[in-house]
Amino acid sequence: MSNLQFLWFVLVGVLFSGFFFLEGFDFGVGMAIKSLAQTREERDVVIHTIGPHWDANEVWLITAGGAMFASFPMWYASLFSGFYLILLLILVALIMRGVSFEFRSRMESDAGRNFWEWAAAIGSGCAAFLFGMMFTAMVKGMPINANGDMTAHFTDYVNLFSIVGGVAVTLLCYLHGLNFIRLKTTGTLRERALKWAKPLYWVLFAGEVVFAILLFFSTDFFVKKPISTLILVVVLVVLTCLATYGVYGNHEWLSFISSGLSLIDVVVLLFNGLFPRVMIANNAANSILIKNASNSPYTLHLMTVIALSVLPIMLVYFIWSYWVFYKRLAS
Amino acid sequence: MNLGLSIVSLARFQFAMTTVFHFFFVPLSIGLAFVVAVMETIYVVKKDVMYKHMAQFWGRIFLLSFAVGVVTGIIQEFQFGMNWSEYSRFMGDIFGAPLAIEALVAFFMESTFIGLWMFGWDRFNAGIHCAFIWLTSIGTMISAMWILAANSFMQNPVGFMINAKTGRAQMTSFGAVIKNPQLWYELPHVLFGAFVTGSFVVAGMAAFALLKKKNVQFFRKSIKVSLIIGLLATVGVVGMGDVQTRYIIKEQPMKFAATEGLYKDSGSPAAWAIVSGMDTKNHKTDWSIEVPYVLDILSYHKLQGNVKGQNAINKELHAKYDKKFGKDMNYYVPTKTLFWSFRTMAFSGGLFALIAIVGLIFNRASSTLIERQRWFLWVLGICTFLPFVANTAGWFITELGRYPWVVYGLLTIADAVSPNVSVASLLTSNIIYFCLFSGLGVVMIVLSRRALHHGPDDLLNAPDDAPYDPYGKEAFSHE
Repeated sequence: MSNLQFLWFVLVGVLFSGFFFLEGFDFGVGMAIKSLAQTREERDVVIHTIGPHWDANEVWLITAGGAMFASFPMWYASLFSGFYLILLLILVALIMRGVSFEFRSRMESDAGRNFWEWAAAIGSGCAAFLFGMMFTAMVKGMPINANGDMTAHFTDYVNLFSIVGGVAVTLLCYLHGLNFIRLKTTGTLRERALKWAKPLYWVLFAGEVVFAILLFFSTDFFVKKPISTLILVVVLVVLTCLATYGVYGNHEWLSFISSGLSLIDVVVLLFNGLFPRVMIANNAANSILIKNASNSPYTLHLMTVIALSVLPIMLVYFIWSYWVFYKRLAS
Repeated sequence: MNLGLSIVSLARFQFAMTTVFHFFFVPLSIGLAFVVAVMETIYVVKKDVMYKHMAQFWGRIFLLSFAVGVVTGIIQEFQFGMNWSEYSRFMGDIFGAPLAIEALVAFFMESTFIGLWMFGWDRFNAGIHCAFIWLTSIGTMISAMWILAANSFMQNPVGFMINAKTGRAQMTSFGAVIKNPQLWYELPHVLFGAFVTGSFVVAGMAAFALLKKKNVQFFRKSIKVSLIIGLLATVGVVGMGDVQTRYIIKEQPMKFAATEGLYKDSGSPAAWAIVSGMDTKNHKTDWSIEVPYVLDILSYHKLQGNVKGQNAINKELHAKYDKKFGKDMNYYVPTKTLFWSFRTMAFSGGLFALIAIVGLIFNRASSTLIERQRWFLWVLGICTFLPFVANTAGWFITELGRYPWVVYGLLTIADAVSPNVSVASLLTSNIIYFCLFSGLGVVMIVLSRRALHHGPDDLLNAPDDAPYDPYGKEAFSHE
């Protein structure tokens, strides 16, 4: 494995981390439209919290996919063709929620608004769940042939482990969304988000314990990398403790940063377990390795130069746009 | 269950359906962003608040189009991996790079600045706010450049070698991939086409509104701005189309012969067929109505010269590729589709130019002719839809004319498809996308009509210092 290959494995992980940190609260806020918010005004405010940002947040996913294609096409080809039906559903969910905000604002009847609010809420929830399910199933090991083609059956991607993974990611996103709403609103919404987050954190603790146990039995993570895996699981629990402390002590930034970092920790946990593979096959000989899955050194070098020169500029205006809309929204 | 469907045909159908639908909204968004940016610039320069309201009003159509364009674009990125995994493996070294750069450079720019533009009306002074829509507009154009760089490689592979060990295409020169002549003929044509789309959608919708005789000043000015852009863009799109045609004769002669319905060589001087009856089975042209010399003017800008027919080119392609791809390959492209697509495109171009000129004459400041010529408003109104037909026709020529290859001369369509995806999965996704797109298309049309029906009243009647909120209740509810 060359340094460039390692760098791009990390970069793909960084892009997915950015995606889950940012789109994580978008998904949570999306779900909150039909749960936390109870009046039309509250739903307006909840949508407003992510209004200027959700589209740019989703670009992290598109960039992660593009980066995967540009650095590890074998990974991209296996993953995307292998998880065909899950990705199809993810696309439907992303499309419905992607148009929902704009379409809802154009509706003149309560029924019309209601429809697109549900589209946003269900789309967000399903996308979070399905991403969680896909990445969990991916690290469990899948039937992959020597060409890298995955032919999975229903139970390969829908099973106890992947469902728990999906639920855990959904819950993490939901709580991350609540923490974001606490930061961005005032009044009853802010108080209700706090009230709802409290019991949910105890559910999350339970979920994390179940997930860790299943991770032990379903993957080779604890066999191949016992120490780093254990550390990352402990970090996840510590971050959840911090977020819980932030909820009970009403430290809004602490809970938000902690919930975001726990999502990143999950990505790191999965990527750490994958390494030095990118796809894990049931038959270990067919697992796709970083060293075999990548593009030529020429392309990797080119992409490195371009990514490292463009990313800083992009981050400047990306962060600036958050700063512009920093203020809280009154309901 | 065997429905006689193959994964190749289903995957092709899906690619056609998703790209055609996506490409309704791409040129519309590129074009509208540009038109709105011009309107807002006029506001900044002239300080005439009418132009600000124009930017805000047409911006609503732009935001709708952008939303649908974004979500249908995600399908495109996923689709290469989902349906065309062998293509992704073969081409990843070259194709992934422009795709990733497009996301990094263009998508972040568009999506961030469109957010600032939408929600920033009350937070920034007019000049800075105007810069946001320009940055969005430039982002959409940069995005077109990178995706067309990827497409151009598929049309005309350059700057690569085939790795003998892996059999994959490998980039050897990024400079060559970017300097691909195909790209620099294709890109301006596509961008001008997008400006035509954006401007004629504005002009056409404004014409419908003028029929109702409400907000006459507002819509007349909208027509004026958009038709000036539309006229210039039409000149650009026709000019670049002409340049591109002469390039294609050299690089993809089969594509060109098919757009002219030529099976036999034309001989010199070459006549241009306005319409033809083609026998695609026996590879011959049954009859045609011709204009002498025009094909030579189109092809070579001369009054003489032979244009090769498909039969001769077919022989050449067999001689060139049989060793690698076998004798059974069919190199004939879908001639009828290309022939009629070209005529649709060329006819639309001429019509746009004519309508823009007539419209601008009718709409001179001193005259109220345009309001009285209701037949013309109807014609202009119908022109709202024509650019979409012309754009689709253009892509039919580009993409179907590449048959039987997915990457010209390197990889066939049949070898590019995902081997592990079942007919059932593809059928499911085709049905789901079809239903989804039909729904989105209907909602899009209904909402655009509604925005037009309500007109700009809420903007025009608001006090000058009223906050502008795109998601605000007052923007759309007229209950």
